[in-house]
Amino acid sequence: MALLEVKNLKIDFLTHDGTVHAVKDLSYTLEKGKTLAIVGESGSGKTQGAFALMGLLPKNGRASGSVMFDGKEILNLPTKELRSYRAERIGIIFQDPMTSLNPYLRISRQMTEVLELHRGMSHAAALAESVRMLEAVRIPDAKNRVHMYPHEFSGGMRQRVMIAMALLCSPELLIADEPTTALDVTVQAEIIDLLVDLQEDFNTAIILITHDLGIVAGTCEDTLVMFDGRVMEYRKTADIFDNPEHPYTQGLLAAVPRLDRKVERLSTVSYDFMAAKGEA
Amino acid sequence: MSAGEREPILRVRDLSVEFTIGSGGLFGGKKILRAVKGVSFDLYQGETLGIVGESGCGKSTLSRAIIRLLPATAGEAVWLGRDIQKMNSNELLDLRKDIQMIFQDPLASLNPRMTAGDIIAEPLKIHMPNIGKAERAVRVAEMMQKVGLLPSMINKYPHEFSGGQCQRIGIARALITNPKLIICDEAVSALDVSIRAQVVNLLMDLQKELGISLLFISHDIAVVRHIAQRIMVLYFGEVVEIGEAEQVTMDPHHDYTKRLIASVPVPDPKVEMERREERRRLRRAAAKAA
Amino acid sequence: MPGLTGKDTVLTDYANKLAVLDAPKGRSLTQDALRRLSKNKAAVVSIGIVVLIILVAFIGPFFVPWGYSEVDWTSIRKPPDFDKGHYFGTDQNGRDMLARVLQGTQMSLIVAAVATVVSVTIGVIYGAVSGYFGGRVDALMMRFVDVMYALPYILFVIILVVMFGRNPVLLFVGIGAIEWLTMARIVRGQTLSIKEKEFIEAARASGAKPFAIIMRHIVPNLSGPVVIYATLTIPEIIIAESFLSYLGLGVQEPQTSLGTLISAGAPVAEVLPWMLLGPAVVLVTLLLCLTYIGDGLRDALDPKDR
Repeated sequence: MALLEVKNLKIDFLTHDGTVHAVKDLSYTLEKGKTLAIVGESGSGKTQGAFALMGLLPKNGRASGSVMFDGKEILNLPTKELRSYRAERIGIIFQDPMTSLNPYLRISRQMTEVLELHRGMSHAAALAESVRMLEAVRIPDAKNRVHMYPHEFSGGMRQRVMIAMALLCSPELLIADEPTTALDVTVQAEIIDLLVDLQEDFNTAIILITHDLGIVAGTCEDTLVMFDGRVMEYRKTADIFDNPEHPYTQGLLAAVPRLDRKVERLSTVSYDFMAAKGEA
Repeated sequence: MSAGEREPILRVRDLSVEFTIGSGGLFGGKKILRAVKGVSFDLYQGETLGIVGESGCGKSTLSRAIIRLLPATAGEAVWLGRDIQKMNSNELLDLRKDIQMIFQDPLASLNPRMTAGDIIAEPLKIHMPNIGKAERAVRVAEMMQKVGLLPSMINKYPHEFSGGQCQRIGIARALITNPKLIICDEAVSALDVSIRAQVVNLLMDLQKELGISLLFISHDIAVVRHIAQRIMVLYFGEVVEIGEAEQVTMDPHHDYTKRLIASVPVPDPKVEMERREERRRLRRAAAKAA
Repeated sequence: MPGLTGKDTVLTDYANKLAVLDAPKGRSLTQDALRRLSKNKAAVVSIGIVVLIILVAFIGPFFVPWGYSEVDWTSIRKPPDFDKGHYFGTDQNGRDMLARVLQGTQMSLIVAAVATVVSVTIGVIYGAVSGYFGGRVDALMMRFVDVMYALPYILFVIILVVMFGRNPVLLFVGIGAIEWLTMARIVRGQTLSIKEKEFIEAARASGAKPFAIIMRHIVPNLSGPVVIYATLTIPEIIIAESFLSYLGLGVQEPQTSLGTLISAGAPVAEVLPWMLLGPAVVLVTLLLCLTYIGDGLRDALDPKDR
């Protein structure tokens, strides 16, 4: 049985100027321990699509369709029930780590609290486990750093702390929403490599949401390309990069300047397929 | 491109910029932060020089110092034979006519309460106050066409344009005074992939047509390689490498440049797997060394 | 010189063509805000009521049979009497309450308008200059504001009364000149955040002078918080005026204001309730409506803040 099965997910936002259809039709399946990349440009609905599974939509958002997690329907569950999923079975990493770290509490407090609450660990055991986890995300001198405040870490280190916190309860699914967009390239490479290694060690399924086709290439088995709230292409990553089928994917791939080959002129994405689709 | 024979239009020598960080009040302690440390380079007419570096490397500070939005604390920047630090207010006004900037955030760099036409016309009003309203309107309309905007959008406000269109307004504003140099500060970084390609192409076309120079500042070395003839790599305020774009990207000399290039993701699974192994190897070696 | 100016005619033609060209007007932020405001029922109703009150206060006196200082010796302390034209009754001196309420409303509105305009003008310019230049200029200018804050304003009012005599309008120019302190602080804070925006840097980079940047780029973008705060200042000033009038520093007899009327009506509310009811209803309605308008404006101008 698949770990996660999303079927015909639809998300609407009610705004002053009428209803906005952020996600029109999104379906995918994710097996245990596998990785899926959801790629799209701004406004494609990639983030909302993932947040909906966790009940994290803004107040004016409405989701419909079906999301089966480990055989149970979790879409639109009451917050109370979702909360246990969020902490223990599904972890999230945001683009900006400060959104989920409390700036006024030490990292140790924030990490041990989760373990004591959900795992019933003693404080000493929870602290030891937290340090172990910080070491796993390659934070040097974790023993001492665990007692620091979030602002005492650099951007990259903060994102590592976020990953460590997300993995604390060894969740079965990790949702990473643009985890490296705010980081420098060299730090980005380290974080992505770290995620790949952790995934092997912890056997966690990962949904990597990003706009950057480059970081998808080396990390995920499957890739789903979204545009305008719909799935454009959903196949094995290697196939998509070798032989992109959808004109949108082709356009995206060709529009990125690459270090390993020189082109005279960047090609731009053509949206002709939208018109073709409109008639169908 | 025989750069050596000609006079550079901009010559920067040992330029340093320091900030005092303190409470900003009447009293309070002060600390000195050296953002740019002794940077030197030449820029020739019609050339694109890429400046690459990560956040906090001083690349934006450097560009602000060149147009004297920030004071340099040491060294000199010479524009067409005149030291920018020593310019009087008339010369400075000329400098700001000759050097224009394009900014990172397309929407934030446009005043939300002005129409596209007013925004593009503003530098004209400052630098050529003598031209009449009619001619100004004509120039704005022509410039809008040149950057790929419909002149009929002249009365629209920034929030009615898409991100890519906003950046085109920014480019039109930069071009309207016929500058000799445009500084692009992360000008395409905030744009989506598909729009970024369009804006990069536009910049390259305009440069070819008008013969202007570009200082193209970005953290994305792949984009810089595409647009620039020469690349300068900044690291903690210092130039670690400067050279032809091909040489810097294909055969980097400095360790930091190597690490930077190894970190740039390549949209090709096979290549990327190999590169990750390479990165792991580099990291292990670095760990052993430490 | 037709040959030389030929270019001009061509250009003018082209410009005219551009003018008639299909260049649709954009939707400015202000228009957007007004559109959102017009969807806010409470605010629209409030605006209607305030406009009505203003119209009645200024036009009404021409249709009322009695003047506000006219004494009707035949009816002193009388409840509403429709035959004699005392629709709101009369006060202890036999003056028509309706005429007095209208005149009082007029006075309160004028005072509020004058004081608000003064405080907004001083506050916006002072705050924008202080925020834009920052550093030492800012520190000095804001410390001056702090010092002004620390001084009791009643002291100022007394000094002003000594200087100007008891001329209500001048007095309330003075009040406005004190009310600007808060406005200056708000504007300075906003300016600090606006000046970090890239469009300010863009203007500086293209050589715009500081004064031009403040007037063209900063002040227009302040309109949101300024308008909101101004609508909240109006009730504050009306109340301040009531307080001063109560102390005998404000409006002078036979002229009156809402505050004066209320302070005269309050002690006799049990025996002559009509003396309190009229002005109190008008004042409460005005304050409520202004609050709703302020709320509505805040929602309309900052749609993200809800």
